Amino acid sequence: MSSLQIQARIKHQEELDPDFANSIAALPGGENLSRCIQCGTCSSTCPVSLYMDYTPRRIIAMTRAGFKQEVLASNTIWLCASCYECTVDCPRQIKVTDIMYALKRRAMDEKVYPKRFPTPVLAKEFFKSVLKTGRSNEGLTVTWMILKTAPLNMLKQMGLGLKLLLRGRMALGIEKMEGDPTQIRRLMEQVEVEEKKAH
Amino acid sequence: MRYLYYPGCSLKGTGKAYDESLVAVFDKLGMDVKELPGWNCCGATAYMSVDETKAFALAARNLALAEQENGSDPIHLIAPCAACYLVLNKVQKYMGEYGHLREVIANSLKAVGLNYHGTVKVRHPLDVFVNDIGLDKIKAAVSHPLKGLKVASYYGCQVVRPYADFDNQYNPQTMDQLMKALGAEAVDWPLKTRCCGGTLTGTVEEAGLRMSYILLKEASKRGANIMATACPLCQFNLECYQGKMRGTFGDSIDLPVAFFTQIMGRAFGLEAKRIGLQRLFVPVKAAPAMA
Repeated sequence: MSSLQIQARIKHQEELDPDFANSIAALPGGENLSRCIQCGTCSSTCPVSLYMDYTPRRIIAMTRAGFKQEVLASNTIWLCASCYECTVDCPRQIKVTDIMYALKRRAMDEKVYPKRFPTPVLAKEFFKSVLKTGRSNEGLTVTWMILKTAPLNMLKQMGLGLKLLLRGRMALGIEKMEGDPTQIRRLMEQVEVEEKKAH
Repeated sequence: MRYLYYPGCSLKGTGKAYDESLVAVFDKLGMDVKELPGWNCCGATAYMSVDETKAFALAARNLALAEQENGSDPIHLIAPCAACYLVLNKVQKYMGEYGHLREVIANSLKAVGLNYHGTVKVRHPLDVFVNDIGLDKIKAAVSHPLKGLKVASYYGCQVVRPYADFDNQYNPQTMDQLMKALGAEAVDWPLKTRCCGGTLTGTVEEAGLRMSYILLKEASKRGANIMATACPLCQFNLECYQGKMRGTFGDSIDLPVAFFTQIMGRAFGLEAKRIGLQRLFVPVKAAPAMA
């Protein structure tokens, strides 16, 4: 009779998602995923890898192996600042930045990103602003992001906002495109229609 | 060469001084560049994280609008913001590489009465100034040589990576050459293309703030008395957070960070207001020849 508590430190094949790698590889920029030789150039060149729970090299390996849950819940994908250093340096032509984007979108679709994490909120607020006006309105977008994630920070950020206003670097009104902004909404709706047709 | 100008959203907001100084410099160099009528947001980094195809369609709409202005020569669309430059180039490239994407975008554009045949060339102003206008013409326009100004040229990520073919991706030179042509000294430093933190400064401040701080510290250590940037987000991160950096890192960092076009404007003798010098947080007056 053993009272030794054990926990598997690895995953068995049946616990992995066998379709995960293919679903990412099928997206534009994902095509070379399976060519990775695990050299680690991406991780060593990444300026944010020191903050990541899994380095880019590990994310690539885990994506290929089907560790969907771990990959999508990782902070790595949200720390990627899209500087494209890994993409340029990869000796196997893997577009690591594109793969990070694909993983971000997947995490948002499956709603597994960290709660109150500002990046997905920022992305969504940005999306809304563009849909309405055809333009991104930095001031409003960032204000909403702060209010929705860390309202107490609003006070801390007000000094910066005021300084920008005084220097004419933040518009009080809303920036709109010339012409008919509803064309943007129609264009976006049509993309959805066309994508459905294509599938 | 026929040019159109695509400012992008940031140049109408936090990067207004980039817009003002770029337009003033075009004018001074006798370039006829008008703004692309009816332009919309390029799709940028954030949009890409929500829906990639939609982000590409947004970018492509701008290319389609630019193509409508084609005469006998194809349009060269000047995109000064690093993110816009990248996204516009990316959609151009990906529409060529991925047939499925091309079809979805072409059909969607058609539904709103637009077409794009892929003839527009997306250019960064650094490329246009150095390779089209030429350093000789730039030199000839200098009325106030920037004697004593030591410039750390900071290119950032997305101007040179991954699509730019006009400069070296690891050790770019165009901005340095421009600064020398203006009579300034180009500081040799190794972090020219290291990321400033991008949107992380706003979302994960601990990470973003330090990334910008590292750049400023290194540039100062190498003797720079000003940093030149080519991207509105880099400029914002590197300049507007210096107060916070002083508090966080207990350092007396205090380095003016200006758009490279503002520095050009200064050397061309343009009025401070016309090139948006009053919009900067860290006054450039302290730097030689910038007062």
